[in-house]
Amino acid sequence: MGVELGNIIKAILFSLLFYVVPIWAAEHNAPKLDIGKGGQCVEEPQWMRKNHMHLLKHQRDETVRKGIRDEKLNLKNCIECHASTRDDSVIARDDSFCVACHRFEAVKIDCFECHSGKRKSAWLQRNAK
Amino acid sequence: MTRECQITGIDTRRRSFLKTSLGAAAVAIAPGMLLLDTAHGQSVSGKVRWGMLIDTAQCKAGCNECVTACNRENGLSGETKPTDSQWIRKVELKDVGSGHELSLPMMCQHCEHPPCVDVCPTTASFKRADGIVLVDKHRCIGCRYCMMACPYKARSFVHEPLHDQNPDVPRGKGTVEACTFCVHRVDQGQQPACAEACPNKAILFGDLNDPESEIAKKVRSVASVQVRVDLRLNPGIRYQGL
Repeated sequence: MGVELGNIIKAILFSLLFYVVPIWAAEHNAPKLDIGKGGQCVEEPQWMRKNHMHLLKHQRDETVRKGIRDEKLNLKNCIECHASTRDDSVIARDDSFCVACHRFEAVKIDCFECHSGKRKSAWLQRNAK
Repeated sequence: MTRECQITGIDTRRRSFLKTSLGAAAVAIAPGMLLLDTAHGQSVSGKVRWGMLIDTAQCKAGCNECVTACNRENGLSGETKPTDSQWIRKVELKDVGSGHELSLPMMCQHCEHPPCVDVCPTTASFKRADGIVLVDKHRCIGCRYCMMACPYKARSFVHEPLHDQNPDVPRGKGTVEACTFCVHRVDQGQQPACAEACPNKAILFGDLNDPESEIAKKVRSVASVQVRVDLRLNPGIRYQGL
């Protein structure tokens, strides 16, 4: 029994090696970005940094093809909070929420060739004629 | 014999150690995978069939309100050059024999058997369960087969980069697009922009499958036709007095 427990503890420590180290590294090198309103909404920030693309890709198919408009995982909703409070955009400047990390990681995003990078409330205000 | 036993003992211990580590690692990774499965909402119902009944007697020649409303709602330029997107057009018809004139709006007819869906090589062109025919622009490669297949000339191709789109209506260069029945409004229980804008209430939008809906009652009581009914595509848009 004692051996079993020791093994489990060793196993946990062993598995820790694989994912704790990158978190420390990420905190030091992370680019500075204009996070808008910020705060945790879906998952904790480090998890979101790694997995947001899977959520967005999953949600886009659900929305377009099945009409499931999940408020929480909706790109518009992400932008609503994360757009800069200065220019209402997630893509307008080098330190904008999406641009800062994607430039740092050299990953091109084509979301905003079709999708608006602007906060919807701001867009509506400007286009209410 | 003793030696074999020893080896087996070590083997088992090693194996159980690896198993436990894998288990711990799986627990660490699993939340991400599980989360994808929990994100469920209500998918649109196949019991609904959205459609329109257009009363040509109420549609006035020279009136362009539906087209203007569509352009404003979906962020179209409103120009009519060959490379400009047009989701809805006003068509003026004249019977040369009798001189009888008609005016009516033409747009995607939201067919039950859409030819655009048949020909799409990437299944970007698809029909939603509630009968709305859409382009999934995430998959569209801009080949424009659907534009050739459509007998109603309803689809347009975006030739130029676009900016400042409506957050509810993503549109972009290199993809095909057409009338969406204002799907973003319909999903929130609203009417399509054209139906709402028509000053003479010539466009009636609703659920063709619900016998109690206004459109189903009217389709039952007045004569209406589908355009190019000979193609047997069963469009969701019907015209009264055509």
